[in-house]
Amino acid sequence: MSADTSHSRTISIWFFIGISLLVNGVVIFGAGVYELIQPPPPEVRVVLFHYHASVWWGAMLAALGGFYCRHFSPSRTNI
Amino acid sequence: MIPAFLRLGSSSTLVHLSPVDLVIIAFYFALVLAIGMYLKGRANTSEDFFLAGREMTAWIAGLSFLSANLGSLELMGWAASAYQYGILAAHWYWIGAIPSMVFLGLVMMPFYYISKTHSVPGYLKLRFGEPSRALSAICFAFMTVLMSGINMYSMALVMKVILGWDIHFSIWVSSITVAIYVALGGLRSAIFNEVLQFVLIWAGALLIPILGLVEAGGISGLRARVVANAGEAYVHMWGTMGSAADNPMGIHWTGIVFGLGAVIAMGYWTTDFLVVQRVLSAHNLRAAKMAPIIGAAFKMCVPFIVILPGLLGWAVLPFKLTGEDVAVATGGHSYNEVLPLMLARYCGPGLLGLGVTALIAGFMSGMAGNVSAFATVWTYDIYGALLHKNLSDEGQVRMGRWCTIVGVIVSIGTAYLVMQFHSIMDYVQALFSFFIAPLFGTVLLGMLWKRATKAGGFWGLLAGTLSSIGMWGWVKVDHSALRYIAMSPHAKDMAENMYRALWSGLICALVTVAVSLLTRPRPVEELKGLVYGATEIPHEEHVSLFHRPAFWGAVVLVIFVILQIIFW
Repeated sequence: MSADTSHSRTISIWFFIGISLLVNGVVIFGAGVYELIQPPPPEVRVVLFHYHASVWWGAMLAALGGFYCRHFSPSRTNI
Repeated sequence: MIPAFLRLGSSSTLVHLSPVDLVIIAFYFALVLAIGMYLKGRANTSEDFFLAGREMTAWIAGLSFLSANLGSLELMGWAASAYQYGILAAHWYWIGAIPSMVFLGLVMMPFYYISKTHSVPGYLKLRFGEPSRALSAICFAFMTVLMSGINMYSMALVMKVILGWDIHFSIWVSSITVAIYVALGGLRSAIFNEVLQFVLIWAGALLIPILGLVEAGGISGLRARVVANAGEAYVHMWGTMGSAADNPMGIHWTGIVFGLGAVIAMGYWTTDFLVVQRVLSAHNLRAAKMAPIIGAAFKMCVPFIVILPGLLGWAVLPFKLTGEDVAVATGGHSYNEVLPLMLARYCGPGLLGLGVTALIAGFMSGMAGNVSAFATVWTYDIYGALLHKNLSDEGQVRMGRWCTIVGVIVSIGTAYLVMQFHSIMDYVQALFSFFIAPLFGTVLLGMLWKRATKAGGFWGLLAGTLSSIGMWGWVKVDHSALRYIAMSPHAKDMAENMYRALWSGLICALVTVAVSLLTRPRPVEELKGLVYGATEIPHEEHVSLFHRPAFWGAVVLVIFVILQIIFW
């Protein structure tokens, strides 16, 4: 997958995507960990709560976002 | 303190957002605006503003090409259709998209790209003259603002049903956001945000089918439950198409293959400037040919996050969904709520915010696509061609920015108008067949047949459009006319759209051919760069097999055929 680097000094779109995934991933992971420590009452839990999707999905998004931020960072792809 | 219009925790809404969810949604809005502001300085010339400087890679152009189509109706509407009609709804993603996207990349893109046109009406001007351009530009501009209004209304309605947000608040906040980032950065900003939105849609929606399949017991468990709860016809794509009476959609296979696959899909994916504009931004011809093929590869995967949740609704929801009227009368849930219901079923705080962001992103990418395409066609093909012929480059950019804002305002007005219509999806299908099907006939003949004349192109386009509107009006006045247009007494509304598109496309082609044969053709020298046989298309012998668009197009088509066989 190549970045749009043909125009010098334009930050790559993949860097913005990295920021988005990283921030969302960290927030979701944090919310998942909080639910792990302080589980909500059973009547308000989502279906398949015991899989703790927020934790692993959030971690995955954050890791992917971190990779994109680093790989397409303006200091590496610019100029 | 949480504003009243967000009404968190209201008992009448489908899902209840937590502060974490609101943080994710607010961050999304902040990021798209920041991208628009950042790209403002990159949109100084008309080429920058309307075609993103023609410097996008195949990946970016391809994802943007697909994302511009992933609007509100895609996500919510087709999940609802999957619940209502079963796996038949996947036809709109596969035969209703894949062959035409590959056709655009391999056959039509060279002519669009080599002619250096700024728009599809611009190509018609080069090929068939000013009257054809004016007709298609006016039709397109009209359709675009209607579509944009539909997008807005759909989004606001969804936010009201899911979250309890005030409908006017949703319309105005999303519209102003789109107006700001498109007016500032032009097509480049729209494309950047569309690619971002594409990623967010997948990040937010992918968990639903994954967890849904876990709950349903895998693919075999899902299939068994759908058959038990809905019927065998809901899990077959082609097996029940022998008669309109045998499938939930009430349509014969000829309607799907010829009406949807050969006319509506070809028309939409190859001549609707909303999507073609994204591909025109590619930095060279090979990237322009690859972009639709990359889009097609991802398009084949979209049913996983749209159709599958609809089918999972049959498998895991403890109650049955109904039509909108029945749901309102009984206090139950309608088909249209299947996606948010599944979202609420599996997603806790944070994930729910991301899922809602995915929906908003889908709405906004559809809206931005319409508005940026409208600004281009208005500036180049209506204002610049008919009202102010010597508009400077600076004037074009200024007009593009104003036009974006005016387009959004008109769309808002349209959104309020659309509130009067009960069935948004059918309305959109009708619009497509009015303008898109005849346009495909005209552009295709223009590109492939040197003998097609200016008069032939214009009268064919006009006859196709008028006949489509005429058939639509006939069925509106006398519903029994449906059996003649769709060729079956068992036909339902969806079948009418397919056949109307087929007939209007054929009428357009017949009139174009007949008038062309009666009028004087243009000299072949004038058709250079516009028509097959009069244009030298660059060869690709010097690139490896894995870099050739034709190779990847063939791979995509083979996978497409395999999918049809698997889900037969």
